[in-house]
Amino acid sequence: MKEIWTITKRELKSFFDSLSAYIIITVFLGFTGFFTWLYGSDIFFIGQATLQPFFSIAYWTLFFFIPAITMKMIAEEKKSGTLELLLTKPVSDFQVVAGKFGAALLLVIIAFALSLPYYFTIWAIGPIDHGAVWLGYFGMILMSMTLISIGIFASSITNNQIIAFLLSLFIGVFFLIIFNVLASNFTGTLGMFFSYLSLSTHYESISRGVIDSKDVIYFLSITSLCLFLAKSILSKRNIVE
Amino acid sequence: MSILVENLTKKYGTQRAVDNISFEVKTGEIVGFLGPNGAGKTTTMKIITCFLAPSDGDVKVNGLSIHEHQDEIKKKIGYLPESNPLYEDMPVLEYLEYAAELHGVPKSKIPNQIMKMVRVTGLDAEKHKIIGELSKGYKQRVGLAQAMIHDPEILILDEPTTGLDPNQIVEIRKLIRELGREKTVILSTHILSEVEATSDRILIINNGKIVADGTAANLRKQAQGQEMLKVQISDAENSDVIFNGLKSIETIAMIDPVPDVENTFIINSKDDSSSKRNIFNLCVQNNWLLTELTPLETKLEDIFRELTTN
Repeated sequence: MKEIWTITKRELKSFFDSLSAYIIITVFLGFTGFFTWLYGSDIFFIGQATLQPFFSIAYWTLFFFIPAITMKMIAEEKKSGTLELLLTKPVSDFQVVAGKFGAALLLVIIAFALSLPYYFTIWAIGPIDHGAVWLGYFGMILMSMTLISIGIFASSITNNQIIAFLLSLFIGVFFLIIFNVLASNFTGTLGMFFSYLSLSTHYESISRGVIDSKDVIYFLSITSLCLFLAKSILSKRNIVE
Repeated sequence: MSILVENLTKKYGTQRAVDNISFEVKTGEIVGFLGPNGAGKTTTMKIITCFLAPSDGDVKVNGLSIHEHQDEIKKKIGYLPESNPLYEDMPVLEYLEYAAELHGVPKSKIPNQIMKMVRVTGLDAEKHKIIGELSKGYKQRVGLAQAMIHDPEILILDEPTTGLDPNQIVEIRKLIRELGREKTVILSTHILSEVEATSDRILIINNGKIVADGTAANLRKQAQGQEMLKVQISDAENSDVIFNGLKSIETIAMIDPVPDVENTFIINSKDDSSSKRNIFNLCVQNNWLLTELTPLETKLEDIFRELTTN
């Protein structure tokens, strides 16, 4: 556990030592803020004190913004050779993956915390459903965990950051769009199956303020599957044929 | 802390990078791995440091097998990989702290340990800089410092002096020598004078196999077998007279005149015998002047070339 935290700390610090953390947070807040307050179906257009527009925009922002955080995490260490250095220290492959996952999640949570002023301002404008807001944040965290694990998996299979970025977008597209489209094209069991696979089904029900253990299990199982795959890819060097 | 390598094999596809090698490194020994590029030095080191699993065979560090006790072994080893990878965006001190924490150095001891390493590796003037800004030599020192931060009993250094200038090379070698007094050190290189300057023992590896094992002096002796002398004699009528005189000495197996230099010969003695006294006596009898009598040593380069080219 201590090792995981040591790795998380370093990763997080390297985000803030470079410009990347600031750029990513600014873009996230700017983008979500713009669509929440100023443009499209913003809250003045809806005429309700709700964070719903914020959550649906965050859904798309995270889709782009998380691969940008995770793309370098393992790919860069592979390329520069520091991965060898890291794995010859007394840490396990899983601790490396978990440490990096933790750092990305903390960065995302920091960005979410900085979006809390949106919540307080809307609260000041009118009566707001607090439960729905907190559940919405909870849903965003669950979805971020899923996207981060996909991103780390993509980063673990290549030593090229661009490929890692595109690959995690590509996998993300399936969960965010394609399964949803397929679900509406099929009926019966197959339709249900795709609907269950689609991330948007689960995210929307949480951000509407309805929590179901089925949704939580969905997010957590994809997360653990991807982290397990990433760990297995790191451990692949030890497979003896 | 001893290292025992038993029948180690590592295959990459059909190629055997390391082919059934066995050797032992005793506590406090400095062993130099010598071999051409691609001989299997780095692969062997990667296996000892638990980064790669061997296809076959075992490595025991202080009796613990790398198949079972990876974490304990990793704690005892300090490793400097071949290309000295570092986090270029981190300041030196922070990086050393990170390495110390990962190695599980107790928090209270970390500052002391860092200062000690900074002093030992001569990083004092550069310690606040970001690693990426350092020159290659200083980066190498950072690599050494992180390898030793937890005061490991075993140091594994893969080409520790590549890219350093001659002064730095001398310093790093001195450092390795000093460390080797208390620690078990394995270092690899393809610079021959380096192993001679630093190591107690030399292992020459070629095509994944150990082709020679011993001290530099031992290897020389093995390769040489017989005494070799360079002799120059003057005051004789001509070189043929000297040649004939030398030929009459029993212990001499072969006489080879050195081209372009008058009255100079390379002499090979017969196995297990020395011709020095006989040559001297010959000169005294004929009233010649012995101007040169030098024992010739086989150069390590020659041994290396002989063993690693087929």
